[in-house]
Amino acid sequence: MSARLISKPLAAIGRSVLQLLAAIGRVAIFAASVISHFFRPPFYLKELLQSILNIGYFSLPVVGLTALFTGGALALQIYAGGARFSAEAVVPQIVAIGMVRELGPVLVGLMIAARVTSSIAAEIATMKVTEQIDALVTLSTNPMKYLAVPRVLAALITVPLLVGIGDIIGIMGGFIVATQSLGFNAATYLHNTANFLEPLDIISSLVKGAVFGGIAATMGCYYGMNSGRGAQGVGRATKGAVEAAAVLILAANFLLTGVFFSV
Amino acid sequence: MITLEDVHKSFGPKQVLRGLDLHVPRGESMVIIGGSGTGKSICIKCILGLVTPDSGRITVDGVNVQKAERDAFLARFGMLFQGGALFDSMPIWQNVAFRLMRGSLKRPKAEAYEIAVEKLRRVGLSPDVAPLYPAELSGGMQKRVGLARAIAADPEIIFFDEPTTGLDPIMSGVINELIREIVVEMGATTVTITHDMTSVRTIADRVAMLHDGVIKWTGPVSEMDASGDAHLDQFIHGRADGPIASLR
Ligand SMILES: Nc1ncnc2c1ncn2[C@@H]1O[C@H](COP(=O)(O)OP(=O)(O)O)[C@@H](O)[C@H]1O
Ligand SMILES: [Mg+2]
Repeated sequence: MSARLISKPLAAIGRSVLQLLAAIGRVAIFAASVISHFFRPPFYLKELLQSILNIGYFSLPVVGLTALFTGGALALQIYAGGARFSAEAVVPQIVAIGMVRELGPVLVGLMIAARVTSSIAAEIATMKVTEQIDALVTLSTNPMKYLAVPRVLAALITVPLLVGIGDIIGIMGGFIVATQSLGFNAATYLHNTANFLEPLDIISSLVKGAVFGGIAATMGCYYGMNSGRGAQGVGRATKGAVEAAAVLILAANFLLTGVFFSV
Repeated sequence: MITLEDVHKSFGPKQVLRGLDLHVPRGESMVIIGGSGTGKSICIKCILGLVTPDSGRITVDGVNVQKAERDAFLARFGMLFQGGALFDSMPIWQNVAFRLMRGSLKRPKAEAYEIAVEKLRRVGLSPDVAPLYPAELSGGMQKRVGLARAIAADPEIIFFDEPTTGLDPIMSGVINELIREIVVEMGATTVTITHDMTSVRTIADRVAMLHDGVIKWTGPVSEMDASGDAHLDQFIHGRADGPIASLR
């Protein structure tokens, strides 16, 4: 009796762990397959350019606004917090480090998960549900190459750039708040920012951008292509893709921060 | 040319195909009839390799479809999907010319456009629709675009999944004639799925009746009326009572 009481929940836990591992395996196989198609023709240049436009260019406004407001809020907080032990002067340094190392990549990554992962998942899932993916296959076109590769490649190329732009705009947001309302001198602020940032900060930011972009696009494609049937299937695929992308981005961020900055 | 032997396919507990045997001779027009949900679409998706059967053997010209070199294999086929399956991100003419704009059959854009317009004309659509997007067309028009796409590269083997469903009687007549023409003029081998008995009589050389996951009857269309098969008779005459339960 007591053995059953213990073994039942254990079995349930074991089952979920196995299911999770199986899911991770499937995603890993999918990602590996996408990457393997990067290097084998045919290449669909027009689709790649279209994806670069959709994922990179059209994300600029949302990325810019997110970074601007976050940089500004960061400056206010650091100033208020620093004032408690007369350390208001560190605003430029902490804003720079906070934006470049953490907030820039993470916020851009999450924005891309919201904007790009969802739209990729919904679009590909709809194509799956309406047999457009089957139609691609019968027209001798590999859906992995035609749909997944351009999107993942475009994200790998553009999201680091978006993160770089987000970093700069975030620092600008801090700069505007600090100089306009906190009484910082503009030249000193910029000088302190530039002097404090190390190359590794910037490299880590861009690497995170590439990894998060890759995760966001891959999750969109994976959930889209494995969508269930009907409108409900599309809804589930979209929800699952955004959830998975957001969680994986945050987990990857933790790992990458560990790799780059733990001595 | 196309042979299915003892093909089984289930989705979860639901057995859709239960040992299906079918032979489609070269240059003939086979029509598959049967109630909705009996697995007709699944059957042709198995032939194309879009769905992998659980067991059984499917060969085209003696080559197992699972083992055939995919690109060369698929280049021989054209397929009209039941729902049209047009790519809604591209205009109609690019849908029709999809295959002519990439891969081994690639040709100049202007030529691909000409062919697309010509195929659209064959399915009764004017060149005015060429620049429109699929969402701007009615269901019946989308179906005909799907038909134009299926025949765009003049394939040897063409599958039509319910080509006349959703069309008015006149347009159905046009499409039936067109499919017959494709078989006679181009010498294509075709498999057509339909519920429409007029279509069957216009298009078919041979008829196969799918029910309960197997082919219940198959033979030349001329023998269809005198088959003596209760399932087939019920279907042909659209009777509510008979061996095929109306509750499915
Ligand atoms: N991907 C799928 N998952 C689960 N069931 C499916 C799937 N595709 C088809 N089916 C089921 O298989 C049966 C046959 O489908 P289909 O071949 O489309 O029928 P029809 O003869 O009307 O063309 C249907 O009952 C359908 O619900
Ligand atoms: Mg069907």
